[in-house]
Amino acid sequence: MLKRILALAALFIMTSTAHAVVLRDDRQIEVTIAKPLQRIVSLLPSLTETVCALGQCEKLVGVDRYSNWPESIAKLPRMGGGIDPNIESVVAAKPDLVLMATSARGAERFTSLGLTVLALEPRSHADVQRVMRIVAQALDVPVVESDRVWRHIDAAVNAAAQSIPAQAKGQRVYFEVSRAPYGASESSFIGETLQRLGVRNILPASLGPFPKINPELVVRAQPDLIMVGDSNFADMTTRPGWQNMRAMRTQRVCHFKPEESDVLVRAGPRMAEAARLMAKCLTEKGKP
Amino acid sequence: MTTHGARWSPVLVALSLLVLCVFGIALGSAVGSTGFESWLAAMHDDIAWQIVWDIRLPRSVGACAAGALLGLAGALAQGLFRNPLADPYLLGSASGASLGVAVALALFGGNPFATEFLVRLGLTGAAFVGAVLAVMLTLMLARGVQHTLRLLLAGVIVGVVLGALASLITLLRPDVLQGMQGFLLGSTSFIGWNACVLMLGVLLVCVVLAFALSRVLDALSLGESTALSLGLPLAPVRVALVCVLALATGTAVAQTGLVAFVGLAAPHLVRSLVKTQHNWIVLLSTLMGGALLLSADLLARMLLSPQEMPVGVLTAVLGGGYLLWLMYRSQTTRATQ
Repeated sequence: MLKRILALAALFIMTSTAHAVVLRDDRQIEVTIAKPLQRIVSLLPSLTETVCALGQCEKLVGVDRYSNWPESIAKLPRMGGGIDPNIESVVAAKPDLVLMATSARGAERFTSLGLTVLALEPRSHADVQRVMRIVAQALDVPVVESDRVWRHIDAAVNAAAQSIPAQAKGQRVYFEVSRAPYGASESSFIGETLQRLGVRNILPASLGPFPKINPELVVRAQPDLIMVGDSNFADMTTRPGWQNMRAMRTQRVCHFKPEESDVLVRAGPRMAEAARLMAKCLTEKGKP
Repeated sequence: MTTHGARWSPVLVALSLLVLCVFGIALGSAVGSTGFESWLAAMHDDIAWQIVWDIRLPRSVGACAAGALLGLAGALAQGLFRNPLADPYLLGSASGASLGVAVALALFGGNPFATEFLVRLGLTGAAFVGAVLAVMLTLMLARGVQHTLRLLLAGVIVGVVLGALASLITLLRPDVLQGMQGFLLGSTSFIGWNACVLMLGVLLVCVVLAFALSRVLDALSLGESTALSLGLPLAPVRVALVCVLALATGTAVAQTGLVAFVGLAAPHLVRSLVKTQHNWIVLLSTLMGGALLLSADLLARMLLSPQEMPVGVLTAVLGGGYLLWLMYRSQTTRATQ
């Protein structure tokens, strides 16, 4: 009998400590997660997607207004955005954990109101894996499982790279993020994907991930292919000197729909889909 | 030399500003994403030649023209409102233009029909329409232009309300945020020849009108009642000047976004150099604005090339720095007397 009680007690201690994880987030703060999480609020689309990719979608009780994937979260309450989180509705949802970007506002407020905050900012391919591991630990998903999800994504990116015909590789690509114009350089998340697809970027890593460039740089570099979101493509031809650019003349321009742009710019579990979108573009519009 | 700094002859100042502009445009066609590069080298290379002729030259001329429009508008605003803090954006045109751009950016790429219409109108068109509508709204709220204070207040109110609406759109559609930021900080990157011709045309009309009507500004500087007692047709001239102000500002804002400080600083810089009547102040502020924005644009291109600084940041640093130095200097010269 005593043995049994001891065994039970030992089991109880083991299970209760098994949930107490200490995680270091991207603010370099040690966050202790004491109990199994049941209610999560995510205030960054790529973190929402990560939670769902780990199969924990049903634990989300609220998301930011920009999260739009997967479809199952469409009905969840919206709690503001990264720069303007709705503190009241987040607190009212009584989450065990708030996932948000380090650049977002309100982390201190949430902490002082007694909520647990995990601030993560995925910016590169390696970050996607790292963030996925941290989220998995927080959600009590075995690391083996998160690594399996990651390997799946990684393999799909490689498959996308292999689907591109040899003559379409080595092209020089300009990826425009927004119309200022900001481009995606080699050191950005998008640049990393392009690199893995075997194409070159006209913007070197030395410019920083998303440099605001002089538009004549693009005319000078004469990229073989231009990738841009629909909303920026609309008046691209009216820019001085651009209509005579080789890529514009030969219509080697891929313009992505808004929902496709979301996939391309978010450093999250849909990066394989992003790679496939770019691969499709490279194959269709690439060198003949 | 007097304590109020050197007073130069207006003709001399005008000539040197003109030389500065011409020199700046010449330099501007040789400075770009690759740093300095002479035209002679570009002659043998098609792409380089296209870059000089289609991109750098219109951009430099356009920066000068836009700056000139803002300088002119600034001189008119300060004269009309008899307020040294008045700037061209006073009548709500700035926030009207940004609302126009925000709406256009938010609609781009959505509905194909709306996109096609917007491409024809362009962002510049949207900004211009926004600016004009905002000024009309201000005039309506102020019930005409005869009450300076009411006009000022109406301008501030329209500015705040339209600005808030623009912010609301940016919040709802975060993807327009960077585009909006580019507009708010001002940019000369996308000025082509069409824009140049348009701005120069408007500039010509505005300068001629402002020059012809500048006597009223001289009279106004003596006070409203004095101006009236001089028998000048105050009411119609004021309407005309407000229209010139709105047209000049709207045109510049549509092409370059909200370039900061040129309109405010140019007239002050002119007054620090020459003491003269409003016809010269209007002319010189025009030239000064052009020179100021042009040099800011050159620096914006050069400093981080091939990246770019927002040109509005540099106009503020250049113009503001110089004004601060002037203030400091006049204080110390007064103190040492």
